[in-house]
Amino acid sequence: MTTEHIVTSYEDELASLDSKIAQMGGLTETLVAQAFDALCKGDVASANNVILDDAKIDEYELEIEEQAVTMIARRQPMALDLRQIMVAIKITSDLERIGDLGKNIAKRVLSIHSEIQPIQLMHGMKSMQDLALSQLKDVLDAYAERNTEKALAVWRGDEEIDAIYNSLFRELLTYMMEDPRNIGLCTHLLFCAKNLERIGDHTTNIAENVHYLVLGTNISEARPKGDNTSRMLINQDD
Amino acid sequence: MVATHIVESEAPMLDKKLDVNDQDANNLAEAETTNVDPAKKSTKITSEDIDVYYGEKQALFGINLDIPENSVTSLIGPSGCGKSTYLRCINRMNDVIDICRVSGTIKIDGNDIYDPSLDVVELRARIGMVFQKPNPFPKSIYDNIAYGPRIHGLTESKDELDELVESSLVKAGLWKEVKDRLAGPGTGLSGGQQQRLCIARAIATKPEVILMDEPCSALDPIATATIEELIDELRTNYTIVIVTHSMQQAARVSQRTAFFHLGKVIEEGETTQIFTNPQNEKTQDYITGRFG
Repeated sequence: MTTEHIVTSYEDELASLDSKIAQMGGLTETLVAQAFDALCKGDVASANNVILDDAKIDEYELEIEEQAVTMIARRQPMALDLRQIMVAIKITSDLERIGDLGKNIAKRVLSIHSEIQPIQLMHGMKSMQDLALSQLKDVLDAYAERNTEKALAVWRGDEEIDAIYNSLFRELLTYMMEDPRNIGLCTHLLFCAKNLERIGDHTTNIAENVHYLVLGTNISEARPKGDNTSRMLINQDD
Repeated sequence: MVATHIVESEAPMLDKKLDVNDQDANNLAEAETTNVDPAKKSTKITSEDIDVYYGEKQALFGINLDIPENSVTSLIGPSGCGKSTYLRCINRMNDVIDICRVSGTIKIDGNDIYDPSLDVVELRARIGMVFQKPNPFPKSIYDNIAYGPRIHGLTESKDELDELVESSLVKAGLWKEVKDRLAGPGTGLSGGQQQRLCIARAIATKPEVILMDEPCSALDPIATATIEELIDELRTNYTIVIVTHSMQQAARVSQRTAFFHLGKVIEEGETTQIFTNPQNEKTQDYITGRFG
């Protein structure tokens, strides 16, 4: 455990930065979960709530950024403190993007709520969101605990989300080929899946920042990249 | 348009970012080559196992520190940690304190400066020193600078001395401000000017090393910035060791930093590394203001 600052108000400011990130992270988790829930249930009211809630996340981002800038100006932070403040700015912006991606899923509910959603597809989507959410939860814990092992586990775990995304991509293409009337729904679902995959990427960014925060160095391994969909083609023989 | 920084070295750092958009790769490469890794510079001063005692009390414990040439090395640490004591070992200022005893080896360019056959006066001409409070002699500005060269017999004619006085004042960035009042008293200058006068005085004896003991702690921020800009310019020709209580100053002006605590060097390394990712917990606690 690190020693406390001689200046207690500095210590308080750093602690408040941490607690604001924890609150913002919690809000982001809830928002993504609600957005996905609304998608599964075709719940328009709940989707609208999610869209409104995203504004709160944006407010957190502004507040944390402002506090970080003030602290840099007033405290001229060094070493660990400097890293904590820089990392706070970066994590906040990743969380804000995750919030946007959640909101985007909610917006799609408004377009596709009346259509019947193929159960098997939604099953794959569900496991993808479960994984994305548990990764997000773990990385926020890793940040709060300053736990690099946990952060590394999250960082490596992103590959699994990518793998599910690849298989969902194939599945959705298959549905679209089977019946062109599925194309509208499946395109929206494909974007939802892509959003979840992007949430995984932002979570990975946060994991990298936790590593930097604690150790002052970047993760030396090459980042696992599992999203192959950019190279996938429709192949009738598949 | 934004006014330029007093400290020029801050400008390229900011420009570097802009250049990326400008696709001006040349500028970028140039900016990078000027930031030569100080670790690659050859060592000017080596210290091995330096112990210093004031009577019974030991002030320094086995200091091993290498100082690279043509760069700025800052010594930081809480009051009484031994950084000034170490600085004073480098020009043998501790000799004048009766109860002070120094053991170990300090070499400049490989030559032991505590060698009994060495002329201390000559050594001090090679090592200039600037103190916390500007301390101009109660003489004219001209004589402040000319004093050292005269006693060391560095010049042969009045013209040569005039030239040396001028070039020293130019190097210290003071010439333009004082060229019309060289006969005026050195003590009549402002604090920042007096400090630059002291730096000019130190430069006049053509030293290789300049030691600075908190040179800016009695100055306002603008005068401080001027001195820092000067330090940055001087490092191309001199090896500079600076003791400072301002962590920000150490971060700004130096390429290497050594952290002293209770008479020992706790950590020493590249300044950027020390201030972003120190390896020792004590260093971190000190530079972040957590010292317990």
